[in-house]
Amino acid sequence: MTASPHGPAAVHLAQLNVATFRYPLDDPRVAPFVEALDPVNAAADAAPGFVWRLKEDGENDATAMRPLGERVIVNMSVWETREALWDFTYRSGHLEVMRGRRDWFERHAEAHMVLWWVPAGHVPSVEEALERLADIRANGPSPDAFTFTSFHAPVEAAAARA
Amino acid sequence: MEDIDAIALLQDPVRRRLYEYVVAQGREVGRNEAAEAAGVARTLAAHHLDKLTGAGLLESGSRRLTGRSGPGAGRPAKVYTRARAEWAVSLPARDYLTAAELLAEAAEGAGLDAGLCAAARRRGEALRGPGAAPCGGLDEAMDVLAARGYEPHLEGAEGEGGGSLPVVRMRNCPFHAVAERFPPLVCGMNLALLEGLLGADGPVRARMDARPGECCVVVESSKNNID
Repeated sequence: MTASPHGPAAVHLAQLNVATFRYPLDDPRVAPFVEALDPVNAAADAAPGFVWRLKEDGENDATAMRPLGERVIVNMSVWETREALWDFTYRSGHLEVMRGRRDWFERHAEAHMVLWWVPAGHVPSVEEALERLADIRANGPSPDAFTFTSFHAPVEAAAARA
Repeated sequence: MEDIDAIALLQDPVRRRLYEYVVAQGREVGRNEAAEAAGVARTLAAHHLDKLTGAGLLESGSRRLTGRSGPGAGRPAKVYTRARAEWAVSLPARDYLTAAELLAEAAEGAGLDAGLCAAARRRGEALRGPGAAPCGGLDEAMDVLAARGYEPHLEGAEGEGGGSLPVVRMRNCPFHAVAERFPPLVCGMNLALLEGLLGADGPVRARMDARPGECCVVVESSKNNID
């Protein structure tokens, strides 16, 4: 996944994941997750290839936004390349947080993560992201909504939309 | 080239020394440096390095080793690093990777992380030996990890005054292919295995500290915070 040799990449990779809490956010059993939020978000902001992440007005994260119900938090971000998102997600301090996911979150039977390409400079809305999640849940992976293991390169996605 | 042909190239002792030297550096290595390390002439080293590259065991590129660029900086030199591809031979043909991926997929789907980690920790303890004491220090940990294919190296050891405390990092993940497919599940398993292997409450401990291109775990002295 390298950038175009002709200048800045014309597309960026957007990502949404959702998680359903087993306990309220102020429950001591979720405290390790809450304590990790600020340092891990700071690491994301400083990570190579990071472009943007969802924050609520006046907050440092989006944990108070609950578009899918009171127990479900959403996490959204945009990255320059697949490699940049992969390395942050699985090859940084973020991995240690993911290791605790069974302690804090319900197991999702449906897809809980979706990736899609956006034009560089476009800031995806929560509605747009939820549409992509609904798409992959209803239709399975496609060039418009995919995952790391069912990855689609940006050219295919553009061709499929044209 | 068949995997078995690529692996057979390493039978030659000089080639083997060159390969092992390049792989152990974790960076691009020039011909002169590799020749010196293997104790052979530069032309012989170049011949073998290119043979290893042709077989897909190494990758080559070119770089100006002087660090300068532009006119007068000299010709770029040929440099070598480990190829990312994996080579495996099984006689008779067996396919444990597919089995591992299917089991991981089922474990991931069922959320069996805790059970997998418990099994991995028990396996690590069994590998250490029944009743064996926890690993005695970073040097011993390096030997134990090397024997299991982790390719350990010491980092931050230079430090008298201001230097960071030494930690053991590992260039190789023995579970790489499955870890790439199911990272939190398999990396958690790997950490639990190493915790069992090194022993709890001993002088060293394993901790998750993932970074690109290496094993997700570091091993450090567990007395770092004492006195």
